[in-house]
Amino acid sequence: MVIDTLKCVGCSDCVVACQTENDVPFGYCRDWVTETVTGTYPHVEMELRSERCNHCENPPCVRTCPTGASHVAEGGIVVVTGNECIGCGACIESCPYDARYQHPEEGYVDKCTFCIHRVEKGLKPACVSVCPTRCMYFGDIHDPNSEVAKLLAERKYKVLAPEAGTKPRIYYLI
Amino acid sequence: MINNIYNMKTTRRQFIKISSLGIGGAAIAGSGFSMIDFFNLKSKKRTYDLSELNRYPTYCDVCFWKCAGWAYTNKAGKIIKLEGNKKDTHCRGRFCPRGTGGLGMYYDKDRLKTPLIRVEKDGKQSFREASWEEALELVASKMKGIRDKYGQESFALIKHGTPGKHFEHLFNAYGSDTIAEPAYAQCRGPRAEGFKLTFGTTVGSPEATDIRDAKCIVLIGSHIGENMHNSQVQELSDAIDRGISIITVDPRLSTVANKSKYWLPIRPSTDIALLLSWIHVLIYEGLYDKPYVDKYCSGFEELKEHVRHFTPEWAYNITDIKPKKIRDSAREMAKASPAVIVHPGRHVVWYGDDTQRTRAIAILNALLGSWGRRGGFYFKEKKKIPNYPHPGYPEPKWTWKDLNKKYPFAHSGITTEVIRASIPGVDGEHKVKAWMVAGTNLTQSIPDKNLTLKAIENLEFLVVVDLMPMEITGYADVILPECSYLERYDPIRSSTFRTPSIALRSPAAKPKYKSKPAWWMAKQLGKKLGLNEYFNYDDYAEVLDWQLKQIGTSLEEMKKIGVKNFERESGALYLKDNENYRFKTPSGKIELYSKKLKDAGFDPMPIYVAHAKPDEKYYRLIYGRAPMHTFSKTINNPYLNDLKDENFIWINPRIAKIWNIKRNQKIWIKNQDGIISKFPVKVRLTERIRWDSVYMVHGFGHDNKNLSRAYGKGASDSDMITNIKTDPLMGGTGLRENFITFLLDNPHKNVEL
Repeated sequence: MVIDTLKCVGCSDCVVACQTENDVPFGYCRDWVTETVTGTYPHVEMELRSERCNHCENPPCVRTCPTGASHVAEGGIVVVTGNECIGCGACIESCPYDARYQHPEEGYVDKCTFCIHRVEKGLKPACVSVCPTRCMYFGDIHDPNSEVAKLLAERKYKVLAPEAGTKPRIYYLI
Repeated sequence: MINNIYNMKTTRRQFIKISSLGIGGAAIAGSGFSMIDFFNLKSKKRTYDLSELNRYPTYCDVCFWKCAGWAYTNKAGKIIKLEGNKKDTHCRGRFCPRGTGGLGMYYDKDRLKTPLIRVEKDGKQSFREASWEEALELVASKMKGIRDKYGQESFALIKHGTPGKHFEHLFNAYGSDTIAEPAYAQCRGPRAEGFKLTFGTTVGSPEATDIRDAKCIVLIGSHIGENMHNSQVQELSDAIDRGISIITVDPRLSTVANKSKYWLPIRPSTDIALLLSWIHVLIYEGLYDKPYVDKYCSGFEELKEHVRHFTPEWAYNITDIKPKKIRDSAREMAKASPAVIVHPGRHVVWYGDDTQRTRAIAILNALLGSWGRRGGFYFKEKKKIPNYPHPGYPEPKWTWKDLNKKYPFAHSGITTEVIRASIPGVDGEHKVKAWMVAGTNLTQSIPDKNLTLKAIENLEFLVVVDLMPMEITGYADVILPECSYLERYDPIRSSTFRTPSIALRSPAAKPKYKSKPAWWMAKQLGKKLGLNEYFNYDDYAEVLDWQLKQIGTSLEEMKKIGVKNFERESGALYLKDNENYRFKTPSGKIELYSKKLKDAGFDPMPIYVAHAKPDEKYYRLIYGRAPMHTFSKTINNPYLNDLKDENFIWINPRIAKIWNIKRNQKIWIKNQDGIISKFPVKVRLTERIRWDSVYMVHGFGHDNKNLSRAYGKGASDSDMITNIKTDPLMGGTGLRENFITFLLDNPHKNVEL
């Protein structure tokens, strides 16, 4: 997933769309918006970012999961099998992005799935399809003809917490 | 510094803390509810496929942009998701967060559930539940009573949004045109009049800004992106991809200021000085669109003389904007001309000279040749919908116009004038004796709350129609619970845009509780008032079907498509080269110099007048929008409240240091008239705001406990606005000359709220 911070207005539509799409309980979210401000008035800049699970290529949550509930599904999406999860929270602790929470009713650990149930049907994830600024792009980074690959080839970008060595796969255009 | 910007109640980090302590989910969700009734949390995964669900067309009622979309229901008939209609020009298939979260309006358990009537027992007043028959009978009998005693004109309607349309029809049939809405004098009125005086026409809603093709856009205090005016946000985002240059004038680094090539962090209240100096640069550097001005404008020589001395150096002393930046930004606009928009804004009642400021904006657009040009302002068009047949309305003896006499350029009812006319001894006659308030929370939407409360005190009768127990309902004699937009038919949406389009709002579910649609209430009241012939239908669907058939479609077709786009009939979107075009002004030209204003005793061209500055230890109160809320209306919506449940007061860190105020500290605020906030508000320390100003998002600080999620969260900016600068042209209430200071100790310590 590629997210253009120059277009994002931080409206949080991605958060609401995710909540209604995925039955995320109130008070929790699978994606969220952060704001970073640098400088002093009037020489100020900020960055707005819609954040979520980075579906890392080297996912610590999968390594630390004792039951195999957290695993890498086809296409590289990191998912949790609810009924295999014992709610131990090891994955939550190991995630450098704070992307996971324990479902308050069900007890299993939940997080962004890239809306795999939609992607399988050829749809975009709910957040991507609702975003009014169209600042989010979803596709196969390994396909050089994909929109995401082209954007990364043309634009300056960054990933979050690269020092954690997780090889995150959400790219922020800056 | 990283903030979880919209103050999610549970951030990831907090969650981990809580879960490791083993506290359950309901406690975390807090704020009085654990889940909404339809959520079946036992289901591990959403299993629906949108194509298997039923869908009902609607247009959104969370704000005035009225984006069209679909309400999806599952097999059990429960509404589970809202999505934009791909054919709709207002949203292009994408709702904003409020539209997506509009579901929360329907499911909010705090909704008004039944008609209520005020009763008094042993000196104590309370509401008791009533049947619709009883409540409507009471309202009708009061309408008859006022008619017999004072004339029906003394019963005023104050309205907002779609329910207003139904009651407007009722009131006109009843013989009262004493009608006003805060959307005029408390919001966009000045720009309507400023543009009408200059171009002979208004900018419409959605505004006829051609952002899609603009090369440069200038925003004067307008914060697109924080106001989620959907199609504008979308077009601006696309334009960013195309490399549009944005110029933003704002004392605060707004979201869009951060995306700007030029951010002009202006000293508040000095915008007209900046605008005049821009006009000066365009004229004296010869950057204006000369052929356009020669052909279409009048009064250029007067304007040229008028701005002779308004140099960027002159403006620098007033605005804090460096002359080079003023010149560079003016040249940037000229470079893009005519594909440049100096945006008229929307909520523009700031300092009482707002019509004149909007005139300056209009004049700037005229010099840039942007009106009627690609990438500037297009010629808007909307579809005319014929009225369902009814007898002519009786002629009232007096109307809203008679209350506006002080304001020669007011073209709509002024809510504050209706309020003044409801108080004996306040200017003029005490003409208004009763109100119906539909869909507007007057104590939050109107400044100088005490005046509003005094008027209410003097009313013989007040009936309030609303979805939620907003503060205004607490003052009502009768409360009529309206159902949400997802449960009702409403008038066809026909708005101005590039191409005419219509959208249907149809019920996706039956009204919850005992709530009813506004059309039904209006019809029942009409029947009781003997006005049957004005409501010649059993169901509003009949009205819609008749109207739709007049324009070549039908209710049946609209239920399938939701939105219908039509071909333009009024001609081209833009002026053709050298086209002879007559503007709808007295001279037929774009009036840079306004004889109309001169004749009425006003400045024919805008001038800059200095406004009050804050005293020591006081800061100008600036307020605005957050993208997930619409005024006070949405604060209790469970989805949107989850995103942002309180507002913060933005304070520059240097000021906070003087006060020794820390981040997230709860403080109280007091304005220049000694008004103290009822609730504390958390401090947000941020370099995004000037030293002489503070900023708050509007709509918070609710004090009705029945709004369980919104009650006591944050502070109300409206409460702090007691100094009103009235626009002498059209009666707009300038709200930004209010200054506040900080109280670090609880001023209500010994007072029970």
